[in-house]
Amino acid sequence: MNELLRRLLFLPPQASRMAEDIDGLHYFVILATMFASSLVGVVAWTFIVRFRQRTNRDATVRVESTLAFEVPMIVGVLSLFLLWWVIGFRQFLRISTPPPNTLDIYVAAKQWMWKFSYTEGPSAVERLTVPAGRPVRLIMTSRDVIHSLYIPALRLKQDVIPGRYVTMWFTADRPGTYPIYCAEYCGVSHSRMRGELVVLSDEDYGVWLANSEAQAVASRDLGGPAPPSDSNLTSVGQAVAVHRACFACHTIDGQRHIGPTWRGLYDSSVKLTDGRTVIADEAYLTKSMMEPRADIVDGFNPVMPSYHALLTEPETAALVEFIKSLRDVPTASGVALPKVETGP
Amino acid sequence: MSATTPGLIPQGGALSLPPTFVNDDESIRSWLLTTDHKRVGILFFVATALMMALGGAFALVLRIEHLTPERTIVDALAYNRLFTMHGVVMVFLFMIPAIPGAFGNFLVPIMIGAKDVAFPRLNIASFYLYFVGAVVVLIAMQAGGLDTGWTFYTPYSVQSPSAVVPTLMGLFIVGWSSILTGLNFIVTVHTMRAKGLGWMRMPLFVWSIYGTSIIQVLATPVLGLAVALVAIDHGFDWGLFDPARGGDPVLFQHLFWFYSHPAVYIMILPAMGVVSEVVCTFCRKNPFSYRAIVYSTLGIAFVGFLTWGHHMFVAGLSVFDAGAFGILSMLVGIFSAIKVFTWVGTMYRGSIAFKTPLLYVFTFLFLFVFGGMTGIAVATTSLDVHWHDTYFVVAHFHFIMVGGTLTAYFAGLHYWFPKVTGKLYSERWGLLAAALVSAGFFVTFFPQFLLGNAGMPRRYYDYPPEYQTLHVISTVGSWVLASGMLITVGYLFWALKSGQDAGNNPWHSASYEWLTRSPPPPHNFDDTPVFASDPYDYTETGATQR
Repeated sequence: MNELLRRLLFLPPQASRMAEDIDGLHYFVILATMFASSLVGVVAWTFIVRFRQRTNRDATVRVESTLAFEVPMIVGVLSLFLLWWVIGFRQFLRISTPPPNTLDIYVAAKQWMWKFSYTEGPSAVERLTVPAGRPVRLIMTSRDVIHSLYIPALRLKQDVIPGRYVTMWFTADRPGTYPIYCAEYCGVSHSRMRGELVVLSDEDYGVWLANSEAQAVASRDLGGPAPPSDSNLTSVGQAVAVHRACFACHTIDGQRHIGPTWRGLYDSSVKLTDGRTVIADEAYLTKSMMEPRADIVDGFNPVMPSYHALLTEPETAALVEFIKSLRDVPTASGVALPKVETGP
Repeated sequence: MSATTPGLIPQGGALSLPPTFVNDDESIRSWLLTTDHKRVGILFFVATALMMALGGAFALVLRIEHLTPERTIVDALAYNRLFTMHGVVMVFLFMIPAIPGAFGNFLVPIMIGAKDVAFPRLNIASFYLYFVGAVVVLIAMQAGGLDTGWTFYTPYSVQSPSAVVPTLMGLFIVGWSSILTGLNFIVTVHTMRAKGLGWMRMPLFVWSIYGTSIIQVLATPVLGLAVALVAIDHGFDWGLFDPARGGDPVLFQHLFWFYSHPAVYIMILPAMGVVSEVVCTFCRKNPFSYRAIVYSTLGIAFVGFLTWGHHMFVAGLSVFDAGAFGILSMLVGIFSAIKVFTWVGTMYRGSIAFKTPLLYVFTFLFLFVFGGMTGIAVATTSLDVHWHDTYFVVAHFHFIMVGGTLTAYFAGLHYWFPKVTGKLYSERWGLLAAALVSAGFFVTFFPQFLLGNAGMPRRYYDYPPEYQTLHVISTVGSWVLASGMLITVGYLFWALKSGQDAGNNPWHSASYEWLTRSPPPPHNFDDTPVFASDPYDYTETGATQR
């Protein structure tokens, strides 16, 4: 039944369980729409034939609706709409709320390409490779105008906005290759801003990851585009922090310096001078690098310059990943905290 | 006059004929400087009809381009400019001013027994604002090339090197025309009704124009604000929408849709008014529920302001906001459903004349229900995530705007053609053209729902080859649709020149606009009108009088 309706309605293959659930509501809504409009058409046509005009001066009797007719009609239609809303909104909550322990992949959009960076090091243009059956979270930003990452096979789409980190999560269940489109008009080559989602089985993903890391090393040996000295994103972030002299003001051992320490910062709640309290998530960390004066932490002076033009997207992502590695709660895999020389 | 011998009235013997608004003064100067609401209506009609032809021509080129997945006849930049011009021309220069500016101007004062609108000079000023704004927009888009889409999303529109600023200036001017027209109608309906014409006896078309006017006056200033901010940002680099300098690119979307969602109701409410009139006249029936239509009109005008967020479910809106906007959007759907029930109910036990306007209304009912319920579908949050910015949305709003508003526009055009010109068009050609328009429309836009389901994003110049079959069907449909419209232009011009004399009330309608002559005299009524009857009275007592 699912397969038949899916093909009849030209829907793409369902790469996730969620896509299948959303399609269930889709069938319900579209079939009801077709039924209702046909019903109105048939009833109107029946009336046109049944009550066709004899002479153009015919008199007719006065017929008026009554509340007894109107109220059930309105309640009926409204309940149908609200039922759709309830089912749809529950699904919307699910697709908006990522589970803990997702595999995080950083996405940078620019006119007109997608770049996917993995915390383990490799990055890829236009091809997003993920393991099947594992929840994946995309942490996305744009370097220029608004784009929108659209994966029809997952029934998912999220606008990617400059100056903000937005997230989208999914668990792709069926290995395969599925198209990725940009869905927000972004200029002359908008329709060429496509990519593909490659869903691999867990073993294949491991092999792919190892190969990609090896390739990254190989391209460095060949003198290709200089990747940072270590292919692990956390170490890259640490190198960036040294290079940009972040440690002139921030510590990573919990001590107070010119700026707040990074130790345990990620995911903590931070009190600001204007009284607000924010959660130090990826969006907050990025914003603090780009617009440091927007959110001043209580008890500190607004002295940090903006790194807007100084940090590239991968560097920003790497820094965020480094700060995340400094949270007090050990990460799932229990990696040891990196040791850092704070420089001269 | 027609009561004597129609068709035999000597052209030269004007002495015996009382003047009409057409032949009272035939100089070009009198037309261009007119303050007569009927002539202003006709100026609006001619200008907006030209815009429809222009926008339609753009659409035909777009459809031809999509015959093949790669380049067919234009390059990517030209394609992007074409869909921008199609959108801007159709939305701002045709759909919004067409029915209120043309039919509304011509009919509202007559329907309420007034000699003119409340501010006749403001009325002609409103036309010239529209005219100047339209010219500025067209020149800017032609000369400078605008490629932002009719939605002007920032930050792309701020960075685009094209003629963003002059185009937005033009729209700013057109917006003033919309506000002044709305203001004029509100004051006219409040203060100029004939003696004894209470609110709850006004023709339903007047109610729909009244509701539309409220939206125009309240919402258009926000559009003016939004486009002015983009123009300032583009021209002076203030960084209002630049996140690097503390701006917010999504703010524009809120401002834009705060106008542009109610603007959808500016486009559909007058069409609903036309349908109400046509259904009653051609079924010779009282509306199934007058008050249901009135209250749902006002309901749409109000709730329409609270639904703009459903355009932004994937734009980073909070989950709570998305849910709230979803549920409010369903309320607007309820008001529309009430109207559909009422129109179908009006047909029950009527005396239905299967004429061109009624065929258009039949098409309207089917397409509007389909288009309306797909609107509920895209307001269902989880489904919208897949459909947003795909051809599904394109198909949905074309079902409402073309399948709804444009079919109602054609219904009204045929219904009131004898009122305005005093001539009859050919019913046979009319039915043929209406059938072609209806069928062509369906073949053009139904495949676009399936394209959207399949994941085809909108505003794509190139597309993956698996979408080609549906695109070709859609393009063929656009040719059928265009041929129906061309035939319409042909026989209406012929009717204008040598059509049969229509008499004062060829449809034997009870509605107030038919109480006066066709075409109406310069000041609408020869004698002070008495609106003692019900405009929808087709019972034994009412019908025998006509």
